[in-house]
Amino acid sequence: MSATEPVDELSATQFEEHKALEAEEAIQGRPFELSAVRGGLLGKFANDKLAFVAIGWLVMIVFVAIFASWIAPYGQSQGTLGDADKSPVWNGGSWDHIFGTTPQGYDILSRLIHGARTSLVIGIAVVLAAGLFGVVIGLISGYKGGRTDRLLMGWVDVQVSFPGLLMALLLLMVLRGSVQTVILVLAINGWMVYARMTRGVVLSMKERPFVEAAEIIGARPRRVIMTHVLPNLVSPLATLATLEFARIVLAEAALSFLGLGIQFPQTSWGTDAAQGGQFINRNPWPAIYPGLALTITVLAVNIVAAWLRVAFDPQEREKRHAATVIAGAKQL
Amino acid sequence: MATFLVRRLLQGVIVVVAAAIFVFVATRAVGDPVDFILPLSASEEQRENLRVELGFDRPMSEQFVDYAGDVARLDFGESTYLNDDALTVVFDYLPKTLQLVGFGMLISLVTSVPLGVLASRKPGGRLDKILTTASLTGLSMPQFFLGQVLVAVFITRLTWFDPGPGPWHKNLVLPAICMALPAVGRLAMTVRSAMIEELNSQYVKVARAKGMPARRVSGVHALRNAGIPFVTLYGWELIRALAGYTVVVETVFAWPGLGFVLIQGIKERDFYLVQASVFVVAVLVVVISIVIDLVYKALDPRVQLS
Repeated sequence: MSATEPVDELSATQFEEHKALEAEEAIQGRPFELSAVRGGLLGKFANDKLAFVAIGWLVMIVFVAIFASWIAPYGQSQGTLGDADKSPVWNGGSWDHIFGTTPQGYDILSRLIHGARTSLVIGIAVVLAAGLFGVVIGLISGYKGGRTDRLLMGWVDVQVSFPGLLMALLLLMVLRGSVQTVILVLAINGWMVYARMTRGVVLSMKERPFVEAAEIIGARPRRVIMTHVLPNLVSPLATLATLEFARIVLAEAALSFLGLGIQFPQTSWGTDAAQGGQFINRNPWPAIYPGLALTITVLAVNIVAAWLRVAFDPQEREKRHAATVIAGAKQL
Repeated sequence: MATFLVRRLLQGVIVVVAAAIFVFVATRAVGDPVDFILPLSASEEQRENLRVELGFDRPMSEQFVDYAGDVARLDFGESTYLNDDALTVVFDYLPKTLQLVGFGMLISLVTSVPLGVLASRKPGGRLDKILTTASLTGLSMPQFFLGQVLVAVFITRLTWFDPGPGPWHKNLVLPAICMALPAVGRLAMTVRSAMIEELNSQYVKVARAKGMPARRVSGVHALRNAGIPFVTLYGWELIRALAGYTVVVETVFAWPGLGFVLIQGIKERDFYLVQASVFVVAVLVVVISIVIDLVYKALDPRVQLS
């Protein structure tokens, strides 16, 4: 910024206009970012009710997932047939089972709470495993180039063209569904995006003067990657990982819903939605709760991802800074 | 053009071969095929007999040569669940899935474009906020949940549709909507951001400055250019739907397509049927993605096929 510091009044106006245009470009058509750009990030973030509610919900889900065993009034498959099919408390039920019970006599609220843990554990594990593998492959591919690059990207291309869901179904049929196998299968299916993105960033970084300079003074590849390339990956990776987390949570739920993921009486929101779905014509609520929990959680993650993109992107950060400068100048 | 086709076909062949190898490794090396075919209660002796009978006791390399030969002859074995040639079963149920995908993609085409254009008219305005939030919600919903809500509301509560079989056009409505909605969310967002970009471009300003009505500018000039990213995503949605993502919808609505029969087959541990389905879907996806690339080229002459 300081390089183009305005020196007289005319160029100051032009400078402002230019920055304003850039800021307009940055905020055009992105409501979440719009509000973030218009007035400082965290300040506006607290005012942006939607994003605030989203963060609040996610914090609650994380808290509930971590302390599930203490918070949940019952175990995930604890109960007898004597307690079967109890109504929720607002429908003539008792406070013993706030959301009612399943046809097996399990407490629905407790299952929802334990289900949050399943979703979170699987989502985070898959993002870590697939992300780590994908980033390493992308770094190697982008940095080495040549034959290695062609080979690795060929692998990525082929796997991207696979019917991924069918592969997952086949693998789960062989391995049988459990938390570990679902993590494995989803990670196998999901690492390619990270590899492609990392490679793209590395390729554009390689052209930059600071990387060339580092290479010229004799920095080893490992050092160049670690200190010069990786930091520039943080922002796009944060956004991608968040979006992938949302996708993985949905994928796990879908696999469990199809009866191939987490097996009843183990709990996952997808498993419970399938269980409730069997009696949907009699009583839709047991199917609705887990579905609703999933929808709100994934929506919250998506909203936060849109916010993260603005928060971590260096370019967006500069534009935001420019916008605040303009806003300050206009007030004067 | 010709080199492009040859290269894409070659790539497609690699994908199909890789898929076939994947199926082989997953079923023969990771799992025990005898486990799929015999019930869990089968004795060790029965297992051993079947293993010898079907040749699963031989070395992996020999089995692989056999398997490759079978695949090359399109012989995927007999479905143990439906007692018919596995490939025949796949082709019996595939049309229903194609019907669902076709109708669902039609719905998403005719709804997402107007919604995206509407939202782009005033970025940040009230209508835009409502539509963006709705799109985001639509794509955040698990598809099975959407299906269950549709069932609970329109079949159980309002009884607009019968739970059992009915005339095909009536049966198709809810599954197709369920299939289309997440895609509508993603597509409308794409149309919206592409339109906003086009509406801010120089040629739109020129057209407006010389007095062309806004409706014509956005409807004819901007929309045509905004169509390019839309077509990319639309093709991707189509491939995604064909690549097995109808399974969930078909399961919720008991729609008798390939996905539904595949899940039944998996539950019955019908390993020949799964093998055939994966192969057919892999070929289908490869062919469709080549077609989409060609359509893309036809729509946008600037695209370089490489």
